[in-house]
Amino acid sequence: MSKMTLQTEGDTHILVTRRFAAPPQAVYLAHTDPNLIQKWLLGPEGWTMPVCLNEAIPGGKFRYEWKNAKGEGFYVTGEYLELDPYRRIVHVERMHLPDPTPDNHVETRFDADGAGTLMIMRMTLPDAQTRAAMLATGMEHGMEASYVRLEEMI
Amino acid sequence: MQEALNLDATFSALADPTRRAILARLATGEATVMELARPFEMTQPAISQHLKVLEDAGLIIRRVEGTRRPRRLAKDGIEAMDQWLAMLRKALEANYDRLDDVLSAMENREKGKPQ
Repeated sequence: MSKMTLQTEGDTHILVTRRFAAPPQAVYLAHTDPNLIQKWLLGPEGWTMPVCLNEAIPGGKFRYEWKNAKGEGFYVTGEYLELDPYRRIVHVERMHLPDPTPDNHVETRFDADGAGTLMIMRMTLPDAQTRAAMLATGMEHGMEASYVRLEEMI
Repeated sequence: MQEALNLDATFSALADPTRRAILARLATGEATVMELARPFEMTQPAISQHLKVLEDAGLIIRRVEGTRRPRRLAKDGIEAMDQWLAMLRKALEANYDRLDDVLSAMENREKGKPQ
């Protein structure tokens, strides 16, 4: 079952949609409560988030740090621009690889959808150079996914 | 057997931060050894050694132009973009599948509360 869609929008944006069985209030909380974020915002299998600092107020900062079993890691920092409780979050973030990538502007909406939620996330597409750096990092950080892709490449 | 060697070479090539930075630079267009050496405060032979590792792994290609030997990425931009989007999709899908579990645990805890 594929519940998520991901598509590019023009040259500069990515649109992601995903339906959840829970109401917008719960999905919003899971995006803003550090104790909940730490349980799911982990990326590829095998990664944990030992550091999750999150001040969910307009102008508030966050910092997420990921590590794998080999002790490798990277982190993201960001700031909240707008918070409309249970409905909408606007923030900027950048990855540190360790040099910071250009800011990614992200708008996340939580629309009621029957008893559940339709989440719509619109993010900025990184430029070619940033993508290449993320791809190289992602290959190290997401070995399993990369093996599949590399098998197609070679 | 050859494929296994290639795969190993590719990951070894990407394991080094200087080589990742070289790839990031080449993502913006082809460059000579001298141009690549400049931002790294490394000697040209040291950079050439990194370039050889990247070439052997099939990640970059060398072109001959008179006395110049500019390097470029082996994959074109569109392919790299597709690959990046596929990686993002996989990471987000894993995240949201886990979020489903978190949400259902929240709901169960809510139901367990005395009215």
